[in-house]
Amino acid sequence: MLMVRQPSRRLSKGWEYTTRMDYDLECQSIVKTFGVFRAVDQVSFQIERGSFFSILGPSGCGKTTLMRMIAGFYEPDSGDIHIKGRSVLSTPPNRRPVNMVFQHLALFPMMTVAENIAYGLRRRRASRSEIETRVADALHRIGLPDSGEKRIDQLSGGQKQRIAIARCMVLDPDVLLLDEPLGALDLKLREHMKVELKQLQHQLGTTFVYITHDQSEALVMSDRVAVMNDGKFEQVGTPQDLYFQPDTAFVAGFVGDSNKWRGRVLNRDATSLKLEADSGETLVGVPGGSAAADRGMAVDIFVRPESISLRRVTSSEPTSTPGDTVNHRAAVVESVLFNGAQSRALVKTRQGEDMAVALPQTGEYADLREGEEVTLAWSIEHCRCYPASSG
Amino acid sequence: MSQKDARRLTFLLLLSPFLLWILLLVVIPHIDMFMLSVREKIEPRVYETGLGNYIEVFSEPVYVHTLFRTAVMSVAATALTLLLAFPVSYYIAKLARGRLKSALFLMCLLPFWVSELVRVFGWMILLRETGVISSFLQWAGLVSGPVEFLYNDAAVMVGLVYTSMLFMVVPLVSTLDSLDESLVEAGYDLGGGGFAVLREIVIPHAMPGIVAGCIIVFMLSLGNYLTPILLGGKSSLWFTGHIYSQFITRFNWEFGAAFGFILLATSSLLVWLALRLSGQTLASTIAKS
Ligand SMILES: Nc1ncnc2c1ncn2[C@@H]1O[C@H](COP(=O)(O)OP(=O)(O)OP(=O)(O)O)[C@@H](O)[C@H]1O
Ligand SMILES: [Mg+2]
Repeated sequence: MLMVRQPSRRLSKGWEYTTRMDYDLECQSIVKTFGVFRAVDQVSFQIERGSFFSILGPSGCGKTTLMRMIAGFYEPDSGDIHIKGRSVLSTPPNRRPVNMVFQHLALFPMMTVAENIAYGLRRRRASRSEIETRVADALHRIGLPDSGEKRIDQLSGGQKQRIAIARCMVLDPDVLLLDEPLGALDLKLREHMKVELKQLQHQLGTTFVYITHDQSEALVMSDRVAVMNDGKFEQVGTPQDLYFQPDTAFVAGFVGDSNKWRGRVLNRDATSLKLEADSGETLVGVPGGSAAADRGMAVDIFVRPESISLRRVTSSEPTSTPGDTVNHRAAVVESVLFNGAQSRALVKTRQGEDMAVALPQTGEYADLREGEEVTLAWSIEHCRCYPASSG
Repeated sequence: MSQKDARRLTFLLLLSPFLLWILLLVVIPHIDMFMLSVREKIEPRVYETGLGNYIEVFSEPVYVHTLFRTAVMSVAATALTLLLAFPVSYYIAKLARGRLKSALFLMCLLPFWVSELVRVFGWMILLRETGVISSFLQWAGLVSGPVEFLYNDAAVMVGLVYTSMLFMVVPLVSTLDSLDESLVEAGYDLGGGGFAVLREIVIPHAMPGIVAGCIIVFMLSLGNYLTPILLGGKSSLWFTGHIYSQFITRFNWEFGAAFGFILLATSSLLVWLALRLSGQTLASTIAKS
């Protein structure tokens, strides 16, 4: 869609690459404090060339601060930032080979669409004819070929979005930073732009660093995702890693939905842990992260709604138990939340806990009603526990 | 009486002080002045309508020269004020925070708590031959005798810029305040240096404020009387000086009225020209700043 590869500045400047050629961006133990408050705390990561990397975290966890350090608007208190193997700490923002799509886009209202896109090229003293062809090309690729003369306030939200990206992409940056660029769009457009952005990145082969607090954006688009909390990276991995093998209680709770208990470890054997929830009942699970779980330790226990199997209680059918499915509950359906493929049932167990259970898509449970009695079962490995977080 | 009529009446009542003010203090005196200016005195107590007064003004080189000089000096004072006020306003609007911001703003306002006469006398105390600066230079041994800084164009310029600062700073601060910081950052991020960001982003955004400030400062300078006369001395040749002497010293009201209208026409023409050149309209300037 977007962009021609022109002789770029990294070639013309003749940088020497010493190490780590295959990483476009590398951050080493970055720290940033505002007064006594640590907004970014010892963050290290590497991003492979041409990949789509997301930073996912709740509001206020320091995502924008981290990105502004990469772009050069803040200086880290300690740590180093390498782009293409070269430290950029002493490079001012206007010379860094990264470009940023701002949280509120920051298109220049005093210029037309074409002038906005041409701004960076003009700064590089490209010839007038080159600017014209590249702007026309960019407009064509984002599907707005006739919008060059429009003013910014004449564009829709999605169009502005695309202009903001095109404005960066004509400069052919090594790394493109995007700070919640879809935040201002409505849901439908956001779904659409998600797919479009991913395709765009794939075609261009530019490294994208994408900030979001929306887990579905991060999971759908990214090659790798970093989950950030309170200024620290909790886990960096593929979307599958985060979903199936979360390292910490925060990641388990933040990525995807979970039923959650507070409890402690009763007993441990070679493969599993016997757990007691604060409500008094027992579960069998596995340690989630790398941290060892000892007897008596306080833990958070997570079970995803989609890993619980649900069964109606009927007189004819004896409740059979598959091999390792050792966690059982008898429960009553409280309500059914129908949402197509993501339908779930909210149930209350005999012991009085509320749980959410995903409904299988076979249609077998399409007529599940409030008040029906069901049994729930989930296997040991789907019941993960983590050292209790203070929160 | 219907509700609509009542509302209209309220509107008229609220509007009437303003209308009265415009009519009594602006429209009527100007009509009267205009009538005066086209009344030629042929012999005592005999008058004739015609443009004789205007022709006489323009046929006298010293008047034309004064008009030209006043206009040029006012334009220069406006430009100088803009140059000085822009960094100050940028600092107040974008860099200063919280209490510092209001303190700086107040400092720009402070000189206006005393009358213009006192302010000009302040400058005279500093600049005159026996004044503070002259004495200091002698004390420091930089000059051998007293130096007169008053009664030249530079002194007039200093006085005009000083008097005008606030009227430039206020509209500039209000437009610069509304400049989104992320636009400036985006300007840098996309490869712009400080000068490019200033020229392409900050100045176009501040344009309505710049134009509004310039119009106000230009009008104030052109119509100023005290500062040029006191700081420039008798020979300062400021156009308002002629108006004063025609009305007050010579009792030649017809001639003075013609002077007044020429000044009004000149300032309107120059403002119109400036608006055309900067591509702004009066409406957009007033609405945005
Ligand atoms: N200039 C600053 N001075 C002081 N504190 C700041 C500054 N900028 C950010 N912070 C603080 O640092 C923390 C992280 O801010 P940041 O903007 O990075 O959050 P974020 O993760 O981008 O959140 P959001 O998703 O809401 O944009 C916040 O608690 C914020 O209050
Ligand atoms: Mg943010």
